[in-house]
Amino acid sequence: MLFYLAWGAPPLLWQLLFFVVPFGFLVAVTFWSVRNFRLTPDFIVANWQHILGAGFFRSAYAYTFALAALTALLASLIAFPAAYTLAFKVSPSVRRISIFLLVVPFFTSYPVRIYSWQIIFSPFGVINKLLGQISVGPINLLNTPWITILGYLTLTLPLVILLQTFALGNVDRTLIEAAKNLGCGPARAVITILIPAARVGLILAAAFTFVLAFGDYISPLLLGGSKPPTLSVLLADQVKSGNHWPRAAVIAVVMVVTLMAALVVMLGLAYGQLGRRRA
Amino acid sequence: MKTAAGRRLLLQVYTAAVFAFVFAPIVTIAVFSFNADRFPSLPWAGFSLIWYEAVFADATIARGLVNSLIVAAATAVISTFLGLCAAYVDYRYRFVGKTIYTALITLPPTIPVVILGLAMLTFEGRIGLTGTLSGVAAGHVVLCTPFALALVRLRLADLDPNLEAASWNLGASRWTTMRDVIVPFCFPAITAALFLTAAISFDEYMIAWFVSGLNETLPVRLLAMLQGQVSPRINAVGTMVFSVSIVLVVLAQLIIGRRLRVRASGTER
Repeated sequence: MLFYLAWGAPPLLWQLLFFVVPFGFLVAVTFWSVRNFRLTPDFIVANWQHILGAGFFRSAYAYTFALAALTALLASLIAFPAAYTLAFKVSPSVRRISIFLLVVPFFTSYPVRIYSWQIIFSPFGVINKLLGQISVGPINLLNTPWITILGYLTLTLPLVILLQTFALGNVDRTLIEAAKNLGCGPARAVITILIPAARVGLILAAAFTFVLAFGDYISPLLLGGSKPPTLSVLLADQVKSGNHWPRAAVIAVVMVVTLMAALVVMLGLAYGQLGRRRA
Repeated sequence: MKTAAGRRLLLQVYTAAVFAFVFAPIVTIAVFSFNADRFPSLPWAGFSLIWYEAVFADATIARGLVNSLIVAAATAVISTFLGLCAAYVDYRYRFVGKTIYTALITLPPTIPVVILGLAMLTFEGRIGLTGTLSGVAAGHVVLCTPFALALVRLRLADLDPNLEAASWNLGASRWTTMRDVIVPFCFPAITAALFLTAAISFDEYMIAWFVSGLNETLPVRLLAMLQGQVSPRINAVGTMVFSVSIVLVVLAQLIIGRRLRVRASGTER
């Protein structure tokens, strides 16, 4: 018993103290007030009213949600042919090296990678210099929603390809062989056999993309130029320039609730109705 | 009709293009860090190390690097230990509420770091940890422990459960078994977890940005530079930061990969 507690307790205590408690505290702070620039324990709903009633918050919410959803869709579509190739159309050694390569960027300074896009797409950057050579442009993509999405894709594509590759790799090969023997063409086999069979992994990959894009602060700041701001940009502004932590906390709680709801819906899609009907 | 070989080639070219997109930012920064010109663009102005020299002369960057290394080392040791504990409990025991236990420990990476950072800031401000490196490390451990747990748990999945029982039957206590059987068996995963958690902590900018205050870590310093003017020094720092994390992640992967190959050849025999 002592042994069991000695191993079980430390990780739980750490996560309780530095994750659960701060989180509970964050929720509590949404009801606190700011007096003379100092955070004061209180029980007011003014912060909630102020944020939820504000037009700038609502438009930022809609914008962030739309961008994240679009990114999840785009990342899934762009990644799928690559994941399909890695799962079925390359040798095992190429697959192993590709997976190895895809893990690397996920742990490699994301802000610097975003900065790299900034200089690539800047008015005097590589892209416009090359376009100038063929007398096109200059194009300006910086400070648009499109380049913000490009930034989100930088963050999420490696992860989505990895998850999709594993999902496709786990599909029972005999299913595909059977379909082919019964005269099913490759495109039709992908749509009617492969995608439904790998559904859980594909939806999880999209869900992770949505979560990462919805909460990202770097791409909307450095590429999108904060115009219009996303929720994470609003949150950081409330802390750093507004110095209004309770309002920032309201934004944070709304974001977490949204993400949890989105995850529940996505997991429902992955494991729910559709699956039961097939089985 | 398009042949199967043609389709295969088309798919492989497409995949190569996607990889090019993923690696373009990393390669670009590295290439321009050696460019003599102030502005990172074409045409190439010649090879130069001046931006690296400028970086090494910058005291704030050096201080950030030292802070980051301290935080990364502390985070790696603590989160790997906690990950080992939780992985072993998950491997060995069944109890009521185990799902909640594991969920609580593994949840943090699904929460946006901007929110984790704010939560840490408000909480740690109350207990006087803000502005300290311990405060940053405490937050990084929360984020890193799930990754250590996953690596060690994967390794434990290969351990024959009877091995532990055999050790107990031969008179070893639970603590001795842990020291002489479990930990040596998990050693590759533990080493990999140390490298990987160090890499995550070394690159983490958001929790550190909220919590570190005047004790900036390197990513926080970098973020401040990124929001300022375009400076070729950023390319040099960025390349060095890339190198550190790539080395750590590659080492972690090589250690895990060697284990997989050993196992694969073992099953063939």
